Amino acid sequence: MLDVHDLSISFSSYTLGLKKKEVCAIRSLDLRIAPGEIMAVVGQSGAGKSLLAHALLGILPPNAKVSGSLFFKSRPLTAERLTDLRGSQIALIPQSVTYLNPLLRVGTQVARAARLSGVSRDETPPVVRRAFARYLLDKEVADWFPFQLSGGMARRVLTATATVGKADLLLADEPTNGLDSAAAGEALGHLRELADTGKAVLLITHDIKAALQVADKVTVFCAGNSVEVAAAEDFNGHGRLRHPYTKALWNALPANGFRMAMPPVITSSQNDGCLFRLYCHKQDSLCGKRLPGLRNTNGGWVRCHHA
Amino acid sequence: MFTIIKFLFLKTTRLALLIAAVAVLSFVLVSNSPIDPVDAYAGAAILNISPEQRDIIAQRWGVDKPPIERFLTWAGQLVQGDFGVSAIFNEPVLDVISKRFITSFWLMALAWSFSGALGFGLGLTAGAWEGSLIDRGIRIYAYTMASTPTFWVGIVLLMVFSVFLSWTPTCCAWPIGMSADQATIWQRLHHLLLPVITLSLIGIAKITLHTREKTIEAMHSDYAIFARAQGESTIGIVLRQAVRNVALPAVTLQFASLGELFGGAVLAEQVFAYPGLGRATVEAGIGGDVPLLLGIVLISTVFVFTGNSVADFIYQLVDPRMRKVAGSSS
Repeated sequence: MLDVHDLSISFSSYTLGLKKKEVCAIRSLDLRIAPGEIMAVVGQSGAGKSLLAHALLGILPPNAKVSGSLFFKSRPLTAERLTDLRGSQIALIPQSVTYLNPLLRVGTQVARAARLSGVSRDETPPVVRRAFARYLLDKEVADWFPFQLSGGMARRVLTATATVGKADLLLADEPTNGLDSAAAGEALGHLRELADTGKAVLLITHDIKAALQVADKVTVFCAGNSVEVAAAEDFNGHGRLRHPYTKALWNALPANGFRMAMPPVITSSQNDGCLFRLYCHKQDSLCGKRLPGLRNTNGGWVRCHHA
Repeated sequence: MFTIIKFLFLKTTRLALLIAAVAVLSFVLVSNSPIDPVDAYAGAAILNISPEQRDIIAQRWGVDKPPIERFLTWAGQLVQGDFGVSAIFNEPVLDVISKRFITSFWLMALAWSFSGALGFGLGLTAGAWEGSLIDRGIRIYAYTMASTPTFWVGIVLLMVFSVFLSWTPTCCAWPIGMSADQATIWQRLHHLLLPVITLSLIGIAKITLHTREKTIEAMHSDYAIFARAQGESTIGIVLRQAVRNVALPAVTLQFASLGELFGGAVLAEQVFAYPGLGRATVEAGIGGDVPLLLGIVLISTVFVFTGNSVADFIYQLVDPRMRKVAGSSS
């Protein structure tokens, strides 16, 4: 469905005087999602996860520079094609209720999303009604304003907004943020249902535990770089994980020892070498010289010279 | 319903307190003014008035009494609705104010509508296409006008259009030699043209800058990002998403700007010798006409206060978040 190869995103800004400065936010990122699959993208905050979603929708700010190759349904994803596809083929499920207009009724906003995704004017009301019913939202909720929604309800409205059209690729940005475990489970369940109908779901989150409940595969992000692609089953504590960063992330979970393994990786502007090398006990001269490519190791992919 | 009564009650109480405070303060200021009412009234004729005659006038006006006694007399009559008699116009203060107010009303109403509508449109355009050429043009205009004094704009317009081009009259609200009733609506509009343009040019600037800021904020908001992710175009985001969120603060600003509008009108009316309330204020000040000056101060307090209250009220009416707080929240 989606194939991202060697994606880099950098921002240029002018500092004091007229010196142009480039900040690299995502570097050499690879990502692949098949239909019917939930691919979780996990990483610390600031790793560039949300930027990835914005890049896939082509809604980055104008000072962003994107390079690398993107393929959607086996055809190159150009800027022009993206303009047509966003909303109709690729949809965003945003992370919080602030992504709804505070002054517009919920129903109006879902209906607008339906119109934009290509539903005709006559078909819109029944389509919206079905979307509401699918996510167990009462009819009168359509007349509410976003501030009247509870956290779980807001999540369902956002999911309804994104799925009211026929998008095949859904980008869920932090769907469990700020929800209690019951509501989070429900939100993840909805994503699983969508994947089971043949849609591809990109689940962007910092919460590995939540992601593992529904994801098929996990891509681990470290400082704007994909360091490992593993099957969800690999996260079982039996040493199947490949990259030292993934291991450290896994061990930092409360259930697995709660070991704060490394200081947060903040910057990715250094140009050469492995981004994680400063915190890695296996590092040697090779790690500082060039960024490792993704290698296939026992059923997954890892970006490490030594794994 | 109950909320509206409570709202009105609170506002009325506040207005009463405000009027009392303004009355005391402006009375203190006026009684410490270096202008002697009797001297100002007599003008050059003061040379022909003997000190005895002067004392008689002062006595009749009560200027010789201590300030506190004067204030109490004035306030006592005020409570009964008597604003006193204007010294320079020799008419009851309320009559002068109402006549002048009607003349000023059209000037202010037109300038207010133009600056509100055009300012909002320009601000929205500039904000939606931030950084574009059109945004730069609008911004240069707004910054220039926001830092230009009203009277200067008035003088420039007067020189160009009235003096050099002779397209517009140089003074007054209707042709010289006519009374207000004799002038046709076209003649009156012709005389209104330059003062309205002056006030609007300045008024637009502030509304534009404010609207532009709010629009930029809205265009960078999460809901605008989400709309774009749904495939909405920039125009679509502006018209369907941003407008509502920008209009709300703009309405508030528009009504709250009545005070500045009044201040601007004083200057514009002075430059164009337009016989409105603003000019009456200046005349009352220079002529030492204490009853008229205080009357105008109080009336304009009510005017500005009403503007602010209307802004509050509209805000509560339009914003669903404010509406629901009072009513049943579901």
